[in-house]
Amino acid sequence: MTSTTDPVRTLEAALDGTLDERGRRWLEQAIGRVAERGQAVLEVFPAAGRSCGRGPLPGMPGWTVDQAARARLLLALPQEGAPLGELLFDVYRYGDAAERIAVLKALAVLDGADPAEGGADLAEGGRAPGGRLGGHGLPIVRDALRTNDTRLIEAAVGPYAAGHLADDEFRQAVLKCVFVGVPLSAVAGLDRRADRELARMLADYARERTVAGRDVPQDVWPVVERHPEVMQDRGRQDVHRPERIG
Amino acid sequence: MRIFDPHIHMSSRTTDDYERMYEAGVRAVVEPAFWLGQPRTSPDTFADYFDSLLGWEPYRASQFGIRHHCTIALNPKEANDPRCRGVLDLLPRYLAKDGVVAVGEVGYDSMTPEEDEVFAAQLALAIEADLPAMVHTPHRDKATGTRRSLDVVRESGLASERVLIDHLNELTVAMVKEAGCWMGFSVYPDTKMDEDRMVTILKEYGTERVLVNSAADWGRSDPLKTRKVGEAMLKAGFTAEDVDTVLWDNPVAFYGQSGRLDLAEADPAEFYAGNTIKRGG
Ligand SMILES: [Zn+2]
Repeated sequence: MTSTTDPVRTLEAALDGTLDERGRRWLEQAIGRVAERGQAVLEVFPAAGRSCGRGPLPGMPGWTVDQAARARLLLALPQEGAPLGELLFDVYRYGDAAERIAVLKALAVLDGADPAEGGADLAEGGRAPGGRLGGHGLPIVRDALRTNDTRLIEAAVGPYAAGHLADDEFRQAVLKCVFVGVPLSAVAGLDRRADRELARMLADYARERTVAGRDVPQDVWPVVERHPEVMQDRGRQDVHRPERIG
Repeated sequence: MRIFDPHIHMSSRTTDDYERMYEAGVRAVVEPAFWLGQPRTSPDTFADYFDSLLGWEPYRASQFGIRHHCTIALNPKEANDPRCRGVLDLLPRYLAKDGVVAVGEVGYDSMTPEEDEVFAAQLALAIEADLPAMVHTPHRDKATGTRRSLDVVRESGLASERVLIDHLNELTVAMVKEAGCWMGFSVYPDTKMDEDRMVTILKEYGTERVLVNSAADWGRSDPLKTRKVGEAMLKAGFTAEDVDTVLWDNPVAFYGQSGRLDLAEADPAEFYAGNTIKRGG
């Protein structure tokens, strides 16, 4: 399944209904500067929150106004492919937490996903026709997954990661979420990409926690139970999903 | 007692400190970019440091109920190392960040020509970025350094009410007050300034435009010194409002001039009960 809408139009429609005159003027000018000279994005990107607002964006659940404005700025970049990936990495690298989260969220959009659909097409393995980033945003995802900041990790496991991370990296990303407490509901494409090896890793993790007398996060069980055989393997028989209380 | 520590280097403190600070009433801090003890040798390590002041540290602080902002600059000590000069080129992109509420710590360490140049260049950047400036005064030859700092500020064209001159003592406070800048005092365990001397200064010069900080860092220092000054003030007959002026309203007013101070979560409702709410912004 591929997206039939244009991410630029989706973002603009959502932003149009929300920005005041000052915000609209700022964004228009900033888009112009970025379109003319990609490097200018480093100077305008930080001010998007102050200029456009930071509240939730009506019509695009999970997005804030500044995130959408920043995604719109990135869509104005003239680069594509590897040079686009390199410039995005710079924006991310010099960004504060809000900027980094915005870059991470925008990766799917730059890959052609429709932000209004939450990037579902990409997460489910589709390829959007308008994508011009390909796998060149992966260094950003990998960097975020190495941090201990749950906000960055949560933003990193979006549809772009689901669409591009190799199997082993995807499994490690899921495990990291479990370790730092990012709910697995935040992991895009988990249903499609959860394989037997991931189930084994989570079952082992559950066993370790049980042996240590600690709780096992409830959201690992649906993944584990899709491959019940991993529970029967030697050494894991003592791990059971606890009976639900209430 | 609600406390805003306007100068504290949290990167070098532990989570125990954050817990004790919250218990003591600290709800907001500003961490100025400064020296790390071990000299740095390239602009890249400054970029990493600035990133942690804007990313990791505010995140860590928020987990303990404390709002964290920072000031960004090339400090006077490292301004003398030509390998670090490239930091000036990085500053415009960092001064644009939401969490940055001033340019600082700028000023003098040994009063070299290099320090002159970097100090003046950064005050110009403050004007460009529409930010106030936070000026460190030297530990050696402090009175001369403070006077010279005030001259540089005057020449820069940055309005005096947008400048905080820090680490003051009995010998330097009067000239700063007269110049119309904000007066910062770092209260340390055994050197520079203690809470009783601080109270004496407050009695003589009043609470207007006075900020008190712990300047706690990786050296011997105490992140609860702000609270101890508040208690010493009450014991000496100052009112709770006076304490609030020095430990909350003044830092909010000074850094609020940046337009970027965000105290939403740092201002829990219990502090509002029966109080007027003053906010910068
Ligand atoms: Zn300091």
